[in-house]
This record gives sequence, structure tokens and C-alpha cells, in this order.
Amino acid sequence: MAQILETINATIKFGGLTAVNSVSITQEEGEILSLIGPNGAGKTTLFNLLTGVYRPTEGNIKFYGEEITGLKPHERVAKGISRTFQNIRLFHEMTVLENLLIANPDCHREGIWEAVLGGGKLRRKRQQGVEECEDILRAIGLLDKQEELATNLPYGKQRLLEIGRALATNPKLVLLDEPGAGMNSVEKEELSRLIHYITDDMKKNVLLIEHDMKFVMGISDRIVVLDHGEKIAEGKPEEIQSNPLVIEAYLGKGIPEDEDD
Amino acid sequence: MKFLNDPKKKKIAYLVLLVLLAVFPFVITNSYYLHVCISIGVYILLATSLNLVTGFAGQLSLGHAAFYGIGAYVGALLMLNFDVNFFLAMIASAVVSGLFGLLLGLPTLRLRGDYLAIVTLGFGEIVRLVFVNWAEVTRGPLGLPGIPSPSIFGFEISGRTAFYYLVIVLVLITLFVMSRIVNSGVGMAMQTVKIDEIAAESIGIYPIKYKLIAFVVAAAFAGIAGCYYASYIAYISPTTFVYNTSVTILAMVVLGGLGSIPGSIIGACILTLVPELLRFMSDYRMLIFGALMVFMMIFRPEGFWGASKRVKNIYKIKAGGAKNGSDSGDNQRHD
Repeated sequence: MAQILETINATIKFGGLTAVNSVSITQEEGEILSLIGPNGAGKTTLFNLLTGVYRPTEGNIKFYGEEITGLKPHERVAKGISRTFQNIRLFHEMTVLENLLIANPDCHREGIWEAVLGGGKLRRKRQQGVEECEDILRAIGLLDKQEELATNLPYGKQRLLEIGRALATNPKLVLLDEPGAGMNSVEKEELSRLIHYITDDMKKNVLLIEHDMKFVMGISDRIVVLDHGEKIAEGKPEEIQSNPLVIEAYLGKGIPEDEDD
Repeated sequence: MKFLNDPKKKKIAYLVLLVLLAVFPFVITNSYYLHVCISIGVYILLATSLNLVTGFAGQLSLGHAAFYGIGAYVGALLMLNFDVNFFLAMIASAVVSGLFGLLLGLPTLRLRGDYLAIVTLGFGEIVRLVFVNWAEVTRGPLGLPGIPSPSIFGFEISGRTAFYYLVIVLVLITLFVMSRIVNSGVGMAMQTVKIDEIAAESIGIYPIKYKLIAFVVAAAFAGIAGCYYASYIAYISPTTFVYNTSVTILAMVVLGGLGSIPGSIIGACILTLVPELLRFMSDYRMLIFGALMVFMMIFRPEGFWGASKRVKNIYKIKAGGAKNGSDSGDNQRHD
């Protein structure tokens, strides 16, 4: 299997604090990789390194073997990395459909002259953009809500819409930052189906951060555990569950069945 | 305004409005009224262009009068010194103003909010000082008199009625271009930059690019307004292109409703008309005007016609195949 993502000794320091310390992870094509760890372990910071929000103090990041350490966030999206946020960052005053459309590369690459002059070619391109969004709308179950403003959606649907928006950029790898946070068990099942749809039907890769252990153990092919900015364990869900270092990191009381946060 | 939801009725409403505007000078022959209408037209050009920067791309600019002034001086100097045709001079004004927009925008659009406001404020002052002190070219505070009227194929456009029709044509072109830009992928990208820059970056949008586009387009249209103004008044001096003018334009945009083209039109109409209507109160005029603005912002902070009334489906294409309205129904023509 081909390696899609690789970090080599990725390190970032904020003043005296080392938020991520020499973390090396790899993700193979087709696998669902999860990042877990106690609060403040550096999971989201690592996401921000992968998406280009922060630049690593040391170390490198490679995507399909290509060095992307110095690229800006929008350039990494063009390479095929997209993400969602821990605290939802939708374009609240725009409709559901517009939230997806604007993520479509053909839509925001529309030229200004093209937009002013209009014409049939542009209309066909827009029609095609909308059709591409239609598949995503169907997958996230929001086709009938397409003209609703994003801010009027219930919380769980907003999370799904944000995943949809990440998919609309036509990525190869989707980073999901706590997609299940605040969802009830029904919504979590829906989310799990969506993640399998992304990997199995859309043939995209998923890297996720999640706190719900039952959910993580059920969905992941492989898990990386971070604590205090360092990688302390890596392996299949069963191996992680019985790893003494991981149990210790989670306050030494083992991994509770239904931990929620 | 419910009837405006039906595209067919909307078209009829626009047509009626156009006819009314066309016959207006025949019914009202008072040249003072025509002058007020022309002023409204110029301010619509300025307000809709600033609205692109502040209302859609979310960047606070306090230097819009500078681009207006650059357009006016470039146009006037070309017409006076080189005998350039008005319409060519107007294109030159747009290009030069747009270039200055690019020059100012490239280094400064990395700044956010208050900082950008201060830089644009400074730019406005620098431009004004150049007009005042570069006496060999601009004649300084004396200003430039005797700017010629436009002519097309040998026919001279002179007199208020002709200028009235010219400004209507300019306003229609501007509104057409602006509504096309706003209701496009470019316009949507600008709005994402306004709403949340980090989220915009996360879907592949480079914020500075869209801020720059807004800035340059707005500067170019302000330049066109400046060139028209120079030819209409036939005299320009630095006192027109001061900070006060920038603030008035910004007030029009905010009062009418940020991020809304009809809003800017309404704002330009009201803020030009109210001071004129209050003239009989002489000294108390600006006092009452100020109080009106304060009340407006307290009781209707969204403005007269805020962004919440905007078209909800920018492409007017619904997922699932059904088309929603025609392509040309959205051009908010209004004067």
C-alpha cells in the first residue's frame, strides 16, 4: 500500500512550550487513522501543522511523497488535504448549498471577467458544480435543506455540513477534528456510516481526532496516541486498548467503555 | 416588497422605474432637482463600489475619496492638457485609480480591521496633500477650472439633462457589473473572507487575492465617478476629496445595509436627499442629520436593506436539476 501522509519528527514550540515534540506518523492509502490522547495532548496542534495553519519549528511533512512543509493552507487544499474544525466554522450567513459550492474549486476559481460577462459556458460550469454538490448533499442527508441558512441547522447537522464542505474541495485526505463532539448516539451512527461512505465509496482517506473511545475503537484501522505532545503508542485498536502506557496516560484507570470527552 | 420575489413582476418593476427615470427631466425642469439627482447618481457609484470592499469583502476602508480624487485629477488633466476624449479619459481614470488600489492593497491587506482603517485613512490624507502641494501639475488649492464636457461623435454633452442621462448610463453599467461580481464565485469567496478567514483558507481560498480584487475594482469605479464629476462640475479642487467625503460614502454603505447593493443605493439616496431637504432649517440641519444617523444605528443596525435580504441562492441553480429563476432576473437596476 502506498504511503499518503508522513510527518518526520514534526515539532512546534510556542515560546517555552513544546506543543508537539518530534512526532512521526504515517498513514497508508485506504486506512482510517485516528489520533487520540488526553486534553492538551497536541492533537489539534498536529492537525494545524498538517493543514498549514502553523509551520513546524522542526521536522517535515510529506503528502504522497511530496514535501509540503512550506505550503500555505490554501495551497495544501489544492494538493488534496481538507479539514473540519473542533468548534464548527461554517459560513453561517450562507445557505447549505452555498457552503458546499464555494468549497468547489471550479466555483472559487471563477475569473472576474468570466463572472461579469456571463454566458453559456459559465452557466454550464456552474450547473456542473451544483451537480457535484448534489452527491455530497445526498451523502450528508441535507438535500432537502439546501436553501436553509447554515446557522439555522441543528448542531449535529452543522457538523455533517462541515464534513460535506471539506469533501466539496475534492480532497484525497480529509482531517476530521472531533466530528462526533456533541452528537447523540443516533447521530453518531449516521456519522460512522458517512465516514465509511467517504472511505469505501468515495475512495478518500480519513484521519480523525475523537474522544469517544467506543466510536474510535469501532471505526479505526490504526490508532496513534499522543500525550504531552509526544507519540506514546501506535497500533491496532486491540493493541492500544491493552497498552499500559496508554492506560497510564488516561489517569491509570484503564479506558472506560463510554467515555465522552 | 413581496412582489419583487416574482422574477417576472420584478422585471416589470425595473422597466417602469427605467421609464420614469427617462421621462423625469421632461416633467421636472427645475435644474436644482436635476443637480440633486446627478449627485445621487455619483454617490451611488461611490457607495456601491465601497460596498464591495466593506460590505462584501469585509475590509474597512476610510480612504475611498482618495480614489475618487485620483480619478477626477487624472481625467481632468488628460482632458485639459492633452485634449483626450472624455470616454478615453474615463477609462484612464479607472485604470490609474485601480492601479493605486493595487499599490495600496498589496502591502496593507495583510492588516486587519482597525489597522487597515488607519492605513487607508493615511493614504487618503497623502493623496489630498499631493493634490494641494504638487502645484505645477494640480495648481494646488486653486484647483483646475474649465474642464471640458464630453462629446460623442462630435455631439457635445452639455447641460444638466445630458449629464443626467450620462450618469444614469454609468449607474446602470456599474450596478450590472457589481451584481454580476457579487452573485458569482468571486463574490461568494469575498463573503467567506468576510465571515471567517481561517475557514476560507481551509477550503482553498487565498483571502488576500479576494480582498485585492475587491479593492482594485472598487478603486476603478471610484475613478470613473471622479472623472464624471470633474467633467460635470467643470472645476475640481482638493477640498472635494477630503476625509469627510470618505466618511459620507462609508455612512451611505452602512446606513443602507452592508453587503447589499440595493442598500447602497438607498443609502446614497437618503444621505444626499436628507441634507438637501433639511436646508430650510439652516444651522440645525447637520445636528438633526447626525441625530437621525444615531437613531438609525440604534434601532436598525442592519441598515435599511441589509444583507439578510440578499439572493439566497447565488447561482440560482438548485441541486436536483430544477432551475430556480432566470439568469438575468437578479440585476438590481435601480437609481
